[in-house]
Amino acid sequence: MSLSRPAPALLLLALAPALVAAPGCRLDRDDAGAVRFWAMGREGEEVQQLLPEFERRHPGVHVRVQAIPWSAAHEKLLTAHVGGAMPDVFQAGNTWLPELVALGALEPLDERLARWSSLDRGDYFPGILDTNVIDGVTYAVPWYVDTRVLFYRTDVLAEAGYAEPPRTWTAWEDAMTRVKERAGPDRYAILLPLREWQPPVILALQRGASLLREGDRYGNFESPPVRAAFDFYLDLFQRSLAPRAGDTALANLYQDFARGYFSLYISGPWNIGEFGRRLPATLANRWTTAPLPAPGDAYPGVSLAGGASLAVSSASGRKDAAWKLVEFLSEPAQQVRFYRLTGDLPARKAAWADENLPRKPHAHAFWIQLQSVQSTPKIPEWERIAAKISQYSEAAIRGDLTIDQALAGLDRDVDNVLEKRRWLMRGAGR
Amino acid sequence: MRRGHINAGWGFVGPALAAIGAFFIVPVAASLLLSFTDFDVYAVARPDRLRFVGAGNYARLLGEPRFWTALGNTAYFVFVGGPLSVAVSLGAALLLEAKLVRWRGFFRTVFFLPVVTTLVAVAVVWRYLYHPRHGLLNLLLGVVGVHPIDWLGDPRWAMPAIILLAVWKNFGFNMVIFIAGLQSIPERLYEAARMDGASAWQQFRRVTLPMLAPTFVFVAVVTMIGYFQLFAEPYVMTQGGPANRTLSVVLLMYEEGFRWWNMGYGAAVAFVLFAIILGLTAVQLGLRRLQPGTEPIR
Repeated sequence: MSLSRPAPALLLLALAPALVAAPGCRLDRDDAGAVRFWAMGREGEEVQQLLPEFERRHPGVHVRVQAIPWSAAHEKLLTAHVGGAMPDVFQAGNTWLPELVALGALEPLDERLARWSSLDRGDYFPGILDTNVIDGVTYAVPWYVDTRVLFYRTDVLAEAGYAEPPRTWTAWEDAMTRVKERAGPDRYAILLPLREWQPPVILALQRGASLLREGDRYGNFESPPVRAAFDFYLDLFQRSLAPRAGDTALANLYQDFARGYFSLYISGPWNIGEFGRRLPATLANRWTTAPLPAPGDAYPGVSLAGGASLAVSSASGRKDAAWKLVEFLSEPAQQVRFYRLTGDLPARKAAWADENLPRKPHAHAFWIQLQSVQSTPKIPEWERIAAKISQYSEAAIRGDLTIDQALAGLDRDVDNVLEKRRWLMRGAGR
Repeated sequence: MRRGHINAGWGFVGPALAAIGAFFIVPVAASLLLSFTDFDVYAVARPDRLRFVGAGNYARLLGEPRFWTALGNTAYFVFVGGPLSVAVSLGAALLLEAKLVRWRGFFRTVFFLPVVTTLVAVAVVWRYLYHPRHGLLNLLLGVVGVHPIDWLGDPRWAMPAIILLAVWKNFGFNMVIFIAGLQSIPERLYEAARMDGASAWQQFRRVTLPMLAPTFVFVAVVTMIGYFQLFAEPYVMTQGGPANRTLSVVLLMYEEGFRWWNMGYGAAVAFVLFAIILGLTAVQLGLRRLQPGTEPIR
């Protein structure tokens, strides 16, 4: 909001239908032979180094990469689809796939996968591959994988009596209690950023919860397993094991971790590199990663199946060439090169083996964790539901709502979000 | 002859009208239609999945607690931040126009600088200032013995923090308008007042304020309209948090329309906001007309 900016709020929305109705202006008509490839963030920059090899092997196929910032990627894909300006092949976060499928933006890949002689589906982590299969159809191929594990200060936990990482919720809670006792009132055991929906969802999945019910038609947040997970989660804040801090209270996560403001953190593979680069040298051997504890004895507890996939656009006129690029980027040798360039964990187990990753200190925990990952509900509405989860859990943490009010409110809101889905499914059943 | 005259007129205004029609009237009308449907991602792929829901979006909106939260937050911002912003602008303008001030141009530039600075850059700096443990603001408050405040993380303080930032960022614009208003007041009025023995306060109350009335109307209306569209500050600083305390109506519209692609619902939010702003502007202009003694002396 600034007075000098003339665009009124209305115009934003007023122009939207104009964008929607505009006859798609196709890009790059001049570069007709090129395969257009969209990749996000650093991946979009680094992947260019792999492409000369691809073009050498496929004379006559030229690939044009466009790097898109992660923050704009989701919106850009939707607008590109509506405007008829989709690339031939693109990277997509695997939680976006259901939405893109609902839009009809993705090419089904099962036939091509079946013809691909050198591929064994078993070479992918089952939980990750599953996120690419929607209603029995495979729409994308995992490119790199992502899940959340425990990052922790080995020295702090050892002082608290935990030379080995906790394996059960009970041990985990005990470890955090002891860390907090030593840390005093101004420091905490674990950091759980308030706006992240992932931690409570992971805990619920670990308790075996189904977040939605009746074919993902209704919210299921008042069910006992979700309730148990939220009890555990909220308790961490009530007992001051975790700070009631949003992202604004953190100036620098890495400095805070180094100073012992918190000693445990649930995060993903990107932080292996970041912790390595940004923590002071004295801390280099005083942190590591571990798979998540489990509520019972079935260690490790499940985590989220995340990552990015490669998909071919249904509107592409160069699907065969686009698919060749997907095959190429999925080769174990290319996956290894890509890992070395970006630090992204490869999707193919063969690439893990080639790089001896399962035995590397920080990647080891991810290797174990990736064997037990689970996907969030594969419906287009999921991102919205996830935002609701973080809203309601934040309200409960701050004490604006009791846990019962929060879960009931969540069910009510989610039922509203899913109204259209129920209508569509009734139509499909008729 | 008369007929030809009219046709020539159309010829001249035609291009402009066509542009306004194509880029303003048609989109606004389409958006209004959109607000009566449930246009979303499903409908993008298959138009047969589009439902006409009548006033359904509006009914749902009015029944949704999040909308009322957003409206309450926006009202808080408008009715606390707006007057504060106008007061600070007027104060700064009066200071700069005072006879004793030197380096007037320098200060005017300095005060105007935040207006032309990119908000995102400003927000990054202010996030540091507001930091609960290492921020400059809390450091200074600590000197006076005030306990650290989690400016952007505490539900009670997040909106005041946003208001402070917005006022600092925007007061320069209104200040320039007030300066122009002050400069157009003839010096002879003050001379006459002084001869009648009016004190400085009386001069301000009886000469400056009435003469500034038209400027006030303009500034108040423009500030209110602008402040109702609060978006960038919370979008960049807090994303509507903590606990929805800085969620504004436009931020809600953006989330629904562009993040979740509920274009129909988002359009309904936009039109409700439009109606509110239109209504309040009419009230404001009406009040000015009713109020006696604010007509400038000529």
